[in-house]
Amino acid sequence: MADELVLEMRGIRKEFPGTVANDDVDLDVRRGEVHALLGENGAGKSTLMNILYGLYRADAGEILLNGRRVEFASARDAIGAGIGMVHQHFMLIPVMTVAENIVLGVEPRKGFLLDERTAEKRVRELSERFSLAVDPTALVSDITVGQEQRVEILKALYRGADILILDEPTAVLTPQEAHELFEIIRSLQADGKSIIFISHKLKEVLEIADRITVLRRGKKIETVQRAGATEASLARAMVGREVLLRVEKAPAQPGDVLLSVEDLHVHDERGIEKVRGVSFDVRAGEIVGIAGVDGNGQTELIDAITGLMKSEAGAVKVAGRELREASARKMLDAGVGHIPEDRQRRGLVLEFSIAENIALHDYSKPPDSKWGWLFPARLVERAGRIIREFDVRGGGPLSAAGGLSGGNQQKVVVAREIARDPKVLIAAQPTRGLDVGAIEYLHRRIVSERDEGRAILLISLELEEIMSLSDRILVLYEGEIVGEHTPDVSEQEIGLEMLGGRERPAA
Amino acid sequence: MSADPTVPPEAPEEAAETGTLAARLALKQRAGGLVVPILTALLAFVLGGVVVLATGHNPLLAYRDIFNGAGLNWIFHPTTNIASTDAYNLSQTLLQTTTLILCGLAVAFAFRCGMFNIGGQGQYLVGLYVANWLGYEFAGMRPLPHILLAVGGATLAGAAWAGIAGFLKATVGAHEVISTIMLNWIAIWGGIWLFGDGGPLQNVANKSVPISNDVAASAQLPVFWGVQGLQGLDVGFFVALAALVVFALILNRTTLGFEVRAVGFNPEAAAYGGISVKKNLIRAMAISGAFAGLAGALDMLGYLYHFGTSDIPASSVGFLGIAVALLGRNTAIGTGIGALVFGALLYGTTHGLSSNVIDPSLAGNLTYMIQGLVVLFVGADVLILYIWNARRKLRPKSKSKTHPVGASA
Repeated sequence: MADELVLEMRGIRKEFPGTVANDDVDLDVRRGEVHALLGENGAGKSTLMNILYGLYRADAGEILLNGRRVEFASARDAIGAGIGMVHQHFMLIPVMTVAENIVLGVEPRKGFLLDERTAEKRVRELSERFSLAVDPTALVSDITVGQEQRVEILKALYRGADILILDEPTAVLTPQEAHELFEIIRSLQADGKSIIFISHKLKEVLEIADRITVLRRGKKIETVQRAGATEASLARAMVGREVLLRVEKAPAQPGDVLLSVEDLHVHDERGIEKVRGVSFDVRAGEIVGIAGVDGNGQTELIDAITGLMKSEAGAVKVAGRELREASARKMLDAGVGHIPEDRQRRGLVLEFSIAENIALHDYSKPPDSKWGWLFPARLVERAGRIIREFDVRGGGPLSAAGGLSGGNQQKVVVAREIARDPKVLIAAQPTRGLDVGAIEYLHRRIVSERDEGRAILLISLELEEIMSLSDRILVLYEGEIVGEHTPDVSEQEIGLEMLGGRERPAA
Repeated sequence: MSADPTVPPEAPEEAAETGTLAARLALKQRAGGLVVPILTALLAFVLGGVVVLATGHNPLLAYRDIFNGAGLNWIFHPTTNIASTDAYNLSQTLLQTTTLILCGLAVAFAFRCGMFNIGGQGQYLVGLYVANWLGYEFAGMRPLPHILLAVGGATLAGAAWAGIAGFLKATVGAHEVISTIMLNWIAIWGGIWLFGDGGPLQNVANKSVPISNDVAASAQLPVFWGVQGLQGLDVGFFVALAALVVFALILNRTTLGFEVRAVGFNPEAAAYGGISVKKNLIRAMAISGAFAGLAGALDMLGYLYHFGTSDIPASSVGFLGIAVALLGRNTAIGTGIGALVFGALLYGTTHGLSSNVIDPSLAGNLTYMIQGLVVLFVGADVLILYIWNARRKLRPKSKSKTHPVGASA
């Protein structure tokens, strides 16, 4: 029973013009198994799953479901055969209730109308059976991201899914929510459901998966049991070479204070005080990490320091000079570089070329322009240099930034900020959504910029990243700095402070 | 592309998956290239033809006669006497094209900054009024300074008129669609008051008719094709062509254009880059209005010379500019072509068509039908792209140089 195969994909091949996304890939999934599909961005994980889900048609190969050969022409066929998929970007209708979203398309009816009560009852039954706590009558616009994900899972289960594909499910979750998701996955597993878990995060794969299939550049590298697999062995299979998971760095040699934040108070757009009297210094040649759970004032703190948001009180000094009524322009000119937390929403104009994106801060100064007249050839020439220096792949200076992979988009942002030679570099979630290879590169780069004598402020939700990069760690909780540590502090101690201080035990 | 030949390109389909909807749409539009606007126009003309067919006429003959009526057949025998009917018709088509180019640019420029300027009509009218006033009031100046004064004044007036909408958007967040529509009505009723009975700009010689003064000869634009005073083609045509070049240069070759495009694509990233979003909203609207105000000036000084209160609500070139810009994809070349298409339709359908070929009551309205269909289909862009991509999906082996179909899933 435990070894019964529910799904076999054999020799799957899929070509897109110019690239082979899947090349002779095999995958088999057992009943009640959590099977992780591991690989870097662009390795072909999503393509393979889109083929299984009927969104793409394979050029070669076959799919066997419970031993019988199947062909899916659309997602509808796949759903009918018991396959469910939860995409990375949720597809829910915010103005409708949880129950309405779940039954959408297969509604219980009363005449011509939706039978609201039956829908709610069925959703409630389902959510109790799999301990997926959601309120069926709540509006989707009012629930959290973690709950939205549960709704998506319920949607698939409601349609009778036996095989559930989860595409990078933890990417949007807080650590607590991710923990709850793993509980849910275990209860689904206990019910005999099979789960295909797409990820590029080694830690979580080792935590949740029974077996792991690694893809690299469209090819299947190996399928391994969790027992015996290590982060290092998986990283090697994913990237194809030895990867340094630990950041190697010499002890910091701090110099002058380059960034000084004094008693800063910041309100968000709704007037709620999100930063409540924060003070700290960052010196040349050191990395100061700010740890904290999402939503504890990180965004407002960064925006106030970079001039994107007005502060209510307090001061920000760059290299000893106080900047009053600071604007983004003033901060940029004062030598503050900023790798923003959301590269697609803020860090890049996706429709702009790479050259234009690299010029985003300095287009109005020579040599980019003079008297308001732009010199595109100079933009392109500089971009070409930076693309080579930072090894940006997937496009030239004139390609749209939106066409690059996530890792290469981030390289463009980082390259732009570093190439301006800033005194202070603020790196907010610099490796979010990136794969192992890109993370390794960015971490090394951040350390080498520190060694160049820049003051680096690192804000990250990944505690591991903070621990391994920082020379000093500050913990931000509800808009206040609640702790300061050297990097040899234990993860538990910081974790406790992140959740509200020592006096309150973590739930 | 990548320097290292041993590294295969990253699968683009996953890169696209990480993009926002807007980014994916932009990629698709780039993939659609010229195809979509051409399809849009074609579809609009075909549906217009269906209506012609329904009235019992042959649409092909109707379109042929519209083509000829617009004087476009002159290009087949350009050596013919310049005073021939065909040549005259073409000059009239180009006169309309002049106005439409500028009204199209007025819409396109705001679009590139992420705004929908529906107020081209009002800005055009304000330009018209100011050009009339300056052209009459300063009679006796030497021609060149007089023309520059009147054209410059009208252009600035159009800029100020649109600038109000930009200012309201930047300061209190009033949506530009609403405020520009309001400003259109203020411009219409303002003009009716100015030129109406007892109005301050009513014709001084004849107080019995609600009509403006005549523009003095010193402010009239020289005609280079046709007869001065008889609606010949004036030098304003070259001004409009130059405006197309200026539009492209501003957008692609100046820091101002860089800011406009950045704000239009992604205001948040623009602000992060150090660009003032508010300043750009106001400035882009003002530049939009300047194009429309210039259109009003060229019409007034080029061939209208005076304007009656009944002409004001009847005018609609400003609105036609929306269809021109949408068909032209908010680019300079596209707007030029779009203006010619609609200029030819506008003149060709109202002139010299035989009732054997097209129902006379339909003829004039055909332009507006096609205008409406173009706006509708551009709104349905996504649908046309979808059909276009689906068609390509059916033939996956076709050698496509554009983005893989995977990017559209």
